[in-house]
Amino acid sequence: MDAPMMPVNREGEVLVFAEQEDEHLSEVSLELCGKARELADRLGVQVGAVLPGWNVRELSYRLIAHGADRVYHVHHTELEHYRTLPYARVMIELVNRHQPQIVLFGATALGRDLAPRVASALRAGLTADCTDLEISDYTDPRTKTTHRNLLLQIRPAFGGNIIATIVNFDRWPQMATVREGVMRLHDPDPQRGGDILDERVDFSDFDLSVRLVERQREPRKVNLKAARVIVAGGAGVASRQNFQLIHDLAGAMGGAVGASRAAIDGGFIGKEHQVGQTGTTVRPALYIACGISGAIQHRAGMEESAKIIAINWDKEAPIFSVAHYGIVGDLRKVVPLMIRAIKEQA
Amino acid sequence: MGYHSVVCVKQVPDTANITGEAMKADGTVNRAALPTVFNPDDLHALEAALDIRERFGGAVTAVSMGPLAAAEVLRECLCRGADRAILINDRRAAASDTLATSYILSRAVTKIGSFDLIFCGRQAIDGDTAQVGPQLAEKLGIAQVTYTERLLELHDGAARVRRSVGNGWEVLDVRLPMLLTILDTANRPRPSAARRVMRFKRARTAGEVKREVEASQPGASPGDRECEYAAGLESLKMRGLLIEQWDLDDIRAELQWCGISGSPTKVYRVQSIVLTKEGFKEVQATEEGIRTMVHELIVEHTLS
Ligand SMILES: Cc1cc2nc3c(=O)[nH]c(=O)nc-3n(C[C@H](O)[C@H](O)[C@H](O)COP(=O)(O)OP(=O)(O)OC[C@H]3O[C@@H](n4cnc5c(N)ncnc54)[C@H](O)[C@@H]3O)c2cc1C
Repeated sequence: MDAPMMPVNREGEVLVFAEQEDEHLSEVSLELCGKARELADRLGVQVGAVLPGWNVRELSYRLIAHGADRVYHVHHTELEHYRTLPYARVMIELVNRHQPQIVLFGATALGRDLAPRVASALRAGLTADCTDLEISDYTDPRTKTTHRNLLLQIRPAFGGNIIATIVNFDRWPQMATVREGVMRLHDPDPQRGGDILDERVDFSDFDLSVRLVERQREPRKVNLKAARVIVAGGAGVASRQNFQLIHDLAGAMGGAVGASRAAIDGGFIGKEHQVGQTGTTVRPALYIACGISGAIQHRAGMEESAKIIAINWDKEAPIFSVAHYGIVGDLRKVVPLMIRAIKEQA
Repeated sequence: MGYHSVVCVKQVPDTANITGEAMKADGTVNRAALPTVFNPDDLHALEAALDIRERFGGAVTAVSMGPLAAAEVLRECLCRGADRAILINDRRAAASDTLATSYILSRAVTKIGSFDLIFCGRQAIDGDTAQVGPQLAEKLGIAQVTYTERLLELHDGAARVRRSVGNGWEVLDVRLPMLLTILDTANRPRPSAARRVMRFKRARTAGEVKREVEASQPGASPGDRECEYAAGLESLKMRGLLIEQWDLDDIRAELQWCGISGSPTKVYRVQSIVLTKEGFKEVQATEEGIRTMVHELIVEHTLS
């Protein structure tokens, strides 16, 4: 417990950990560059991105196009594949070297393994799995001191039953992991300028003591559990073609696509989208069931959603018994109306 | 031979079954109104440790930081097979965030002494942060493996572990001592053996013995109570039923790193999103009806 604590540095950057695997940047890293840009503009500071890896320098340009002013590129054979200890060493070193005021990681399996290790070494605060970030002043109710321009770290807690706003004013940097897919992915600007700085980091024997024996990556699966909004279709959607309506509504809401088993059995969509007892159990902020009767096995996987909208032309369908909003009607008419209403108002 | 495993367990409010009554008017959670449970993932951490002991010999020590009531999860650890249970209980530890909690646990593990493996659940259902495991590993200066699916091999002071990485898996070779966080798919926790339950349901912490003496002898003199308390402790110890109870002084924790002063993250505000169970609204399948519904969802931030 003798590492020095980082001083408050109001000029410090907003720093993003750029997560890459097999020379592909994770989408959340680009989302974070965009969000960091927004926060940095509020603060009048720059956006930095740390890019550890082996032969990944090229990826720097994408980070710059998405909002980074400076990419700290760390090239080392030991960084070819992610391992906690050498990656943590890189982040700890670079934070100490450049003294950012904010450090952001994607709340991926990798980010959630790495960020707490780094925060502990820096003795900094860390908020997990944020769904929003803002800059605002904050007055400490105990001392009545006002702290200017802090990072508000907003996240669900208590199994999604409350939304908590966390601040971190007496120990810097302010650190957070951010849920995938909640920050807008902006279009890249290939004209944006930025610097790529090659940084050197040395590793101890301990840093290199864990050996990666074997690894296997599967194509990215739908992440229903992490979705804030889920639009699900059932047998009532009637065909794979009609299921495009469900995709469109989900797209308009920035949500994920779910399905009942009957929709999967009908071949409208893949099994990985199934919600229910033998599928995924979900608790999004909003669940929209379209053409789903609401069999007990389906309800078991979605009835704890904070808000449920049911669309079904049979007013006796059991799905209405768990719904907060019920729309009795033909989904082929109702869904397009919803898409229109959202596009108008959002 | 054998391995000494330390398992970190937590008593948590049952967030899977929160009802309107558990929310206070200001939108904060009334923890007292919530039933508590053994954090589900931690049962899998305990099982992983018991399994190692069964296969290789050794011992399992369960540790929990929390209020006196958290002795309940430690009793359950004993019933399920733990050899030793320790409660870290101190008012000055209240309001610790993950950083302060990991510091306090690191002091407790240091006091326990030598260990080979530390097991934590993947995450706790009250905060879902998954941070304490990695932070504890860092404080102890040992390697971590999070999201453990399986411990494949264990020999010559090293472990081969398979972990999930969300969109795949990887196998790592790690030297002991190390810390693992365990997924709920890693194993099936064994039920408590009836014989152990009969025995360990009577296990108590010192704090619980004190409370029980006070409750059973309200009129007794302080001296008599003190005697009763000392006798109670002695008898539990003799029968191997004492759940050890340590405070921050016992583990030589520096107070500046504990509780509020040791916690950089502060809760600024909380808003409840499960209000009292609201009623059902029928929406007309018309442009107007749907527009109004969408508007409501945007105003209350369900849609952004
Ligand atoms: C052991 C077991 C496990 C199971 N696990 C799961 C599970 O995990 N997930 C799951 O979903 N199911 C599961 N099931 C199946 C479940 O019992 C139901 O069969 C299934 O959920 C029904 O799907 P559905 O609601 O889409 O279809 P249906 O029950 O056929 O309902 C279709 C609904 O669409 C409505 N509809 C039709 N056309 C329209 C239209 N144009 N506009 C509006 N509404 C329309 C109808 O009124 C009807 O209510 C399981 C079953 C068993 C036995």
